[in-house]
Amino acid sequence: MQLLTGIALGSIYALLALGLCLIFGMLNVVNFAHGAFFMVGAFMGVYFLGVTGNFWFSLILTPLATGVLGLLTERFLVRPLYGRGIDYPLLLTFGLSYVLIEAMRVTFGIEGLPSVTPDGLKGTLDVGIGFFPKYRLFLIAATAVIIFAVWFFIQKTRYGLIIKAGAADQDIVKVLGIDIAKVWLMVFGLGCAIAGLSGILASPTRSVNPEMGIPILAESFVVTVVGGMGSPVGAVVAGLLVGVVYSMTSLFFPDLAELSIFVLMAVVLLIRPQGLFGKAGAMG
Amino acid sequence: MKSFFQLIARHRVLASTLFLMIFPFIMPYEALAINILIFGLFAMGFNLLFGYMGLLSFGHAAFLGIGSYLTGIGIVHYSMPWGSAILVGVIGAAIGGLLMGFLAIRTRGIYFSMVTLALGQIVFYCFYKAESLTGGENGLRGVRVDNFNILGITVDFLNPLVKYYIILFFVVIAMWLISRILSSPLGAVMEAIRENEKRAAACGFDVARTKLLVFVLSAAICGLAGSLRALHLSIVPIDSLHYLQSGQAVMMSILGGMGTFFGPFIGAAVMLYLEDVVTTFTKHWMAVIGLVFMFFVLFFPKGIWGTILSKLNLNQDSKS
Repeated sequence: MQLLTGIALGSIYALLALGLCLIFGMLNVVNFAHGAFFMVGAFMGVYFLGVTGNFWFSLILTPLATGVLGLLTERFLVRPLYGRGIDYPLLLTFGLSYVLIEAMRVTFGIEGLPSVTPDGLKGTLDVGIGFFPKYRLFLIAATAVIIFAVWFFIQKTRYGLIIKAGAADQDIVKVLGIDIAKVWLMVFGLGCAIAGLSGILASPTRSVNPEMGIPILAESFVVTVVGGMGSPVGAVVAGLLVGVVYSMTSLFFPDLAELSIFVLMAVVLLIRPQGLFGKAGAMG
Repeated sequence: MKSFFQLIARHRVLASTLFLMIFPFIMPYEALAINILIFGLFAMGFNLLFGYMGLLSFGHAAFLGIGSYLTGIGIVHYSMPWGSAILVGVIGAAIGGLLMGFLAIRTRGIYFSMVTLALGQIVFYCFYKAESLTGGENGLRGVRVDNFNILGITVDFLNPLVKYYIILFFVVIAMWLISRILSSPLGAVMEAIRENEKRAAACGFDVARTKLLVFVLSAAICGLAGSLRALHLSIVPIDSLHYLQSGQAVMMSILGGMGTFFGPFIGAAVMLYLEDVVTTFTKHWMAVIGLVFMFFVLFFPKGIWGTILSKLNLNQDSKS
């Protein structure tokens, strides 16, 4: 039972880390505003749900909105910083997170919004070993679908091929006549869309407030470090692992729940500094 | 003009001491001047690691917080005299730095930022959960400093101007120490590591040990800033440990000019002054700070002081 809760929590982590990993693997940019995009996604999700009254509708609108926000960010803020080292995009997105947090405070107030569980997904379902909230099952299923879709997109489509090629050698891709800048734009937008999507998916399970992105950013960094940077498999596996560790600890030692995942990270760092699925030497 | 700046650069500790002596009189009120003093020191301690050795830590609030809390706990729960409480805060922060540094320097680049951020969260939760000692969410209250005597003169710590000069005394000592470190061989090794880590290692320097040493020194200085802050505010808010506080150190360094001696201090002054002004007409000052910061990252990556220095071509010989 607690395992399922952990997997439900872990799927949010996995999605976030996947988005981070996508942007990092391709653009070599650590999006410090990732938690803020997650937070914006949660706000927009609840807002769209209130306006349209349809959860599925807002499930489509929200990632589109945060995706567009991501596109604008890449085009006007991150793009001028390519070639200036890895610290500058990181710092810039950090500043952006301040602005996004305040923007949500201005728009929706500092209290945040009440989170809403869609009607069809309320209540619990008998899963054989006991009753489990329907929404969390939906969360696990939705994450699985999204992860599969991203995997399919990267591995099996023409665009995915271009993205992979671009990550391996951008000059060759340029020579082949592909507008690499456009590819980067799309990847950044996609990463932010996934962050927004995880925001709306997570919103019924936690309180929606402007600060919600901050702890989750730290936690998704833990996932990234545990999984190994730039490894999508690592992001997913570590995400689930962190979720399970968190919910198991909160079952047995409730006071230590928040600490447990950081301890996990410290242990992984001591044994395998490059992360579980990271390549040795990829830390530089 | 240029020779004036060179003079300042040569006697940087003396120049900043003289300036800081008159500083409270040009600020709108003393509390702001004290705040700038404390956060300037915090940013300088952070900059030792980031600006001079290129390690971008997002966990430095941990040291500010450890310094604050240990000093506060010493005074509130063990009725220590404030002098030794400061010492406890600084030593505690240095030990914290040793532990965090030991883990964090195993990683490089952005991983380092991520790991320090995550470890900073550990410290946050530890102090947050230890409610009986730290007051949890409400913060630690009642960090009072009673009147005391120096050379037969009674010193009233509640007088803001007196408090300013007492805190300045510690800040100047720390500045002198930072200046000494930077002009020592250690300072040269630090800059060598920033410019090219592999080459520094090939030259025979122990890169890992230097990194750890500077991490500890930087933590101790930030711990001192924290201790002084606890005495200044007479409470320790849990915010001291917050990740946004780490971010403030980063912002101040960039704004003023990372890798320069005065930069972080100028950054702290500008940012806190801006906060003071902006909050009078909107409570959303974070958005303003965020936008200003983004503007600097995009267009003036050298920061205020760094840009001035490079305009004057002073940057090559000594990074003042």
